Amino acid sequence: MTPLPRHQSIFFLIMRRMRAPLILLISIMAISVLGLTLAPGVDADGNPAHLSFFHSLYFISYTATTIGFGEIPYAFSDQQRLWVILCIYMSVVGWAYTVGTVFALLADRNLQQAIRTQRFLRAVQRLREPFYLVCGYGETGRLICDALDRLGFRAVVVEQDDSKVGEIELHSYHADVPALSADARNPETLKFAGLTHPNCIGIIALTNDDGTNLAIAIAARLLAPKVPALCRAETQETAANMASFGTRHIINPFEKFSEYLALALHAPAAWNLLTWLTGLPGTTMQRERDPPHGEWILCGHGRFGRMLAHVMEQAAVPVTIIDRQAPSIPSTRWVQGDGTGAPALEAAGVRRAVGIVAGTSNDVDNLSIAVTARELNRGLFVILRQNHYANHALFEAFNYDVNVVPSQIIAHECLAILTTPLLVPFLEEMKRRDEAWCDRLLRRLTERFGWEVPAVWSERINLARAPALYRRLMKGVELQSLLRDPSNRDEPLACEVLYLHRDDDDHLLIPEPDTELRAGDELLLIGSPDARREFGLILSHEHALAYVLSGKDLPGGWIWERLSRRKPSDAASSCN
Amino acid sequence: MNLEKVIFGFFIVLAATLNFGFFVGDIDDPAHHDIYELFAAIVVSLIATVLKFGDRTQIGAVHLSTSLVADLQLLAAAMVWGYAAHISASGLTPEMVARVVSLSGGALFANVVSVVILIAETIMQRR
Repeated sequence: MTPLPRHQSIFFLIMRRMRAPLILLISIMAISVLGLTLAPGVDADGNPAHLSFFHSLYFISYTATTIGFGEIPYAFSDQQRLWVILCIYMSVVGWAYTVGTVFALLADRNLQQAIRTQRFLRAVQRLREPFYLVCGYGETGRLICDALDRLGFRAVVVEQDDSKVGEIELHSYHADVPALSADARNPETLKFAGLTHPNCIGIIALTNDDGTNLAIAIAARLLAPKVPALCRAETQETAANMASFGTRHIINPFEKFSEYLALALHAPAAWNLLTWLTGLPGTTMQRERDPPHGEWILCGHGRFGRMLAHVMEQAAVPVTIIDRQAPSIPSTRWVQGDGTGAPALEAAGVRRAVGIVAGTSNDVDNLSIAVTARELNRGLFVILRQNHYANHALFEAFNYDVNVVPSQIIAHECLAILTTPLLVPFLEEMKRRDEAWCDRLLRRLTERFGWEVPAVWSERINLARAPALYRRLMKGVELQSLLRDPSNRDEPLACEVLYLHRDDDDHLLIPEPDTELRAGDELLLIGSPDARREFGLILSHEHALAYVLSGKDLPGGWIWERLSRRKPSDAASSCN
Repeated sequence: MNLEKVIFGFFIVLAATLNFGFFVGDIDDPAHHDIYELFAAIVVSLIATVLKFGDRTQIGAVHLSTSLVADLQLLAAAMVWGYAAHISASGLTPEMVARVVSLSGGALFANVVSVVILIAETIMQRR
């Protein structure tokens, strides 16, 4: 549902709907009061008297609101009582109607939607921190929001499905995630969701409809050209179209995975390094068995299977395809069937094969293929495609070698691009290196940091990000002298520089420890989260930097200067 | 012809005429100012106000504000009358009547503005 065109109209909507009951209420009160002033009565002395407007308004007010103080100022005559009976029933009808209208109004879907939209708008306008705009809260969207939340970024969600928006409220995020249920194809919706907000630092289009993602890419390009857009595209045409609109990052889950698989097949160390570096923060990876060389079986020749077959062909891996329809590539071997039964697998030579890819779009089929194949050949290397995150438990129970979850692939990729832009060039560079180099690096890094996904971050040496270091650069600062613990400089800081990017297009992969830093350098670091905080302190804090570089504590202020001059050793040790 | 417009115009003009009826006469003579007429003016003015609820146009907003002014003035007049007739020791003196009537005179002006807007709106629509 699209937001109302004018949001100040909620108040008017209520007023307009309350018109009829209010007029009825006023009329009933007016008639009652008027009648009571006209009805003949007698006062305490028995003289004929009429109630004044003041007294009748008083009487009707407490009678109509069911308070009932009795007959004031003196006992009523029968004529007055007759009129009061009428008044009581009229006012009951009037109040019932009014209250009924108010409740109907509050339960009105349109009004609720309008109120929710307005609350969302206000929440987005009030965001004072940088935030990402996430369109589509499916499996991938949820993973991204989770990870952004854990990394301390704010997110705003636009999702078409009402029930998924409700899910966000139930999900316990640290920070509030404003969510709107609306069609993201509408540029107005994107504007409401903060696309043109000065604090919007990225838009992520993850809906499962390519057309919608394309519309978001176009809107982002035209309405907020400076905001980087990350879009999911399932077909080549959409990807090309997005690229023509200058979309910074286009992610095709199928292509991405076949790329990863190709890496896994011919460079397992690089593949392990990649999964370790791009994993979701807080998870632990394990070194997987390297895919063996030999004959492979590929079940399912859809979009995913086709790309895999292409990749395997390029890597000169012999492949047998099992599918109901003949594949478009005539040169490959093809067995008709769906792979869930033993006959088709036998025909494809499962006993000879070294590996199998269960890549159909049905999770149950994929599991069935994997189980049957393992029964026929115990040592088979199994690559499973998991389409739905909800089937996680089933897949975990099966002892697979590689599990492919498209939503996870996209989420990892998005996060890597968004949070550490330098990671992408590093990974590209890494893929170009030989296997032995990757293996050495992986072994060294995992020995030092363990298999838990490390903190990966970038630092830029400039006045804003690293004020302390920036002022020292003239004297020459070597990388190794920086990576020291700021509380004890004899201990190395638990982090490592993987990549150094210089302004003049020069870049260093794993820079040497004696590399001298220059202004404008950008570093890609990995390490423990503590090291990340401490490194930030070294870069920005004059005293921490001085201690790390020279081992001396800078005296701060006149008194401390005096004290430190008298007891230099104490001052240094008190810091530990 | 639109029934809604008829009712709308009716209430606005009726509010103005009742108000005028109460207002005319010697300002401090209770015999010239009937309290029932003030009551009718208040009720009709309140209904006219509610009828103006929910109009989002600029002219609708001015309509509503003139009506709110009229309501305020008339209710103030009614309160002064109630105070004079029931609470103050001296009762409904000529000064009190003059206060009530002058307050309703203010309301009359707001009601006239309302009628002028109504006429202007009608003329604009016919063109």
